Amino acid sequence: MEKTMMKGNEAIGEAALRAGCRYYFGYPITPQNELLEHMANNLPKHDGVFLQSESELAGASMLYGVAATGKRVMTSSSSPGISLMQETISYLASAELPALIVNITRGGPGLGRITPAQSDYFQAVKGGGHGDYNLIVFAPASVQEMMDLTMLAFELGDKYRTPTMILGDGIIGQMMESVTLAEPVEIKQKKPWTVGRRKDRDYRNLVISAPFTNEEMVELNVRLQEKYREIEANEQRVECYRMDDAEFAIVAFGIVSRLSLAAVDSMRNKGYRVGLIRPITLWPFPEKAFASYPQVKGYLTVEMNEGQMVEDVRLAVNGAVPVHFYGRGGGFTPAPKQIEEKVAGIMEGGDLA
Amino acid sequence: MKQVFGKPKSLTENPFTYCPGCSHGIGHRLVAETLDELGIVENCVAVSTIGCSVRCWRNFDVDVVQGAHGRGMAVATGLKRALPDEVIFTYQGDGDLAAIGMAETMHAAARGEAITVVFINNSLFGATGGQLAPTTLAGQWTSTYPNGRDVDWTGEPIRMAEILASLPSTSYIAREALTSPKRILQAKKAVRKAFDVQINHNGFGLVELLAACPINLKLKPVDAVKWVEDKMIPYYPLGEIKNTKGVG
Repeated sequence: MEKTMMKGNEAIGEAALRAGCRYYFGYPITPQNELLEHMANNLPKHDGVFLQSESELAGASMLYGVAATGKRVMTSSSSPGISLMQETISYLASAELPALIVNITRGGPGLGRITPAQSDYFQAVKGGGHGDYNLIVFAPASVQEMMDLTMLAFELGDKYRTPTMILGDGIIGQMMESVTLAEPVEIKQKKPWTVGRRKDRDYRNLVISAPFTNEEMVELNVRLQEKYREIEANEQRVECYRMDDAEFAIVAFGIVSRLSLAAVDSMRNKGYRVGLIRPITLWPFPEKAFASYPQVKGYLTVEMNEGQMVEDVRLAVNGAVPVHFYGRGGGFTPAPKQIEEKVAGIMEGGDLA
Repeated sequence: MKQVFGKPKSLTENPFTYCPGCSHGIGHRLVAETLDELGIVENCVAVSTIGCSVRCWRNFDVDVVQGAHGRGMAVATGLKRALPDEVIFTYQGDGDLAAIGMAETMHAAARGEAITVVFINNSLFGATGGQLAPTTLAGQWTSTYPNGRDVDWTGEPIRMAEILASLPSTSYIAREALTSPKRILQAKKAVRKAFDVQINHNGFGLVELLAACPINLKLKPVDAVKWVEDKMIPYYPLGEIKNTKGVG
């Protein structure tokens, strides 16, 4: 297995090529330009198509066009650009088209700043655009996961005919780490629903998000929800660290989980029985994991936002134990020592019902 | 008995859902006749977007992708880049193409995408009930400007065909009107050329078709057609505006 050093953003691009993605549409925005440029430099070498779009609105619709042909396709952006893409993401969900959207989140709201943030959690996991739908959302915590989860995102997108998202941040996107390169995959899946090459079949295909009758629109919603329940049952992914005997646990995703892991190790050395639950899929949220640790007396959710995932943790725990929050939006990155102090304060303060 | 006239093969059995006197039926027919002549019904993907014609997928007997309002040419760009051997066309109205989709329209044309655009200009937003479009004529009644379009307030209407013809990478641009048998035959030739330029020259072809919307103009069908003749054509001159590849 070949190993190399690369940036997180480049790892996503390299994984996409290895997953057989030959179409990329994007528009410049920091902090994800390395990915745009990686695709610009490498897709032509693979007889692929790179096109810089006039906007994220247009880029997302170009992606929609390719997705309708069943070919693997992706785009990437950062928060304000992802907001523009929500229009088409809703259409992708409705038309049941697989495509990968990467959000290397920056601090908001508004134009915000290019500092790392996790403030787009709600937008990513609650649909994001109009209508009832969900994306499968992955939260890589390392450059290796940027690669591995990108491969998985393409696979699951095709399997469920649904758009997928990588939700990263400027730290993981831009830091360099050692990566074991994923093995290139050969796409064997048949896609009888795609447009083009109609002469190969005796029916025509329609990729639409506007059924003709109200009854068909309701049927579409029923079908989508059945698919989402299947994804929730089968695709929850989570890492549980030092949880077996934990009496208190931190919940964190992405780069914050790395910082929290350091806090857990440090506190374990001091005798605190602390563990870490790290959601790898943000949607479906890995709620089953929480039921596995009934001995935990309280949770602290740490996020680089004003408290978003904490709502899903509270739903998963369903009032059984207190769920605390520590975080800040706009570009705040918590230090392990700060997390440790927060956990120690709760555990020693007797705030564990 | 010899059949001399019938439904084009490229139209499905689904009835049109358009209002009496609407020009979409003629527009659909001209496109379908062209698909028949070119024999491309199995080698063609259409893009529909928004408004009354969003459900043209029920009528054109080809693979269809329905994209978001205004993004038709961006969707067509993705399709053509992924399926370079297929014929790709969009069927779009003026609110779609010239208002919400102006950026996608301009940039697809600027890139010279090898696609065909059938642009139905009826001077208003039809499906939503007759609101102002960028193409609404000065003084024309709309539901959002019931005293008529005041060009000091909203600007003068946009002539899309001329603007797109000014872009160096477009190959074929024409404007015709669906108002009389003679003009419809002329329009048919322009539709054919807008497809030919894509198929034979990998070029961007657009045909703008002036169309009547009696229900929103609040005119009888015959009067709506006369309105297009008397009011629209003087502001939107007919004919071939650009034909750099010499399709004919």
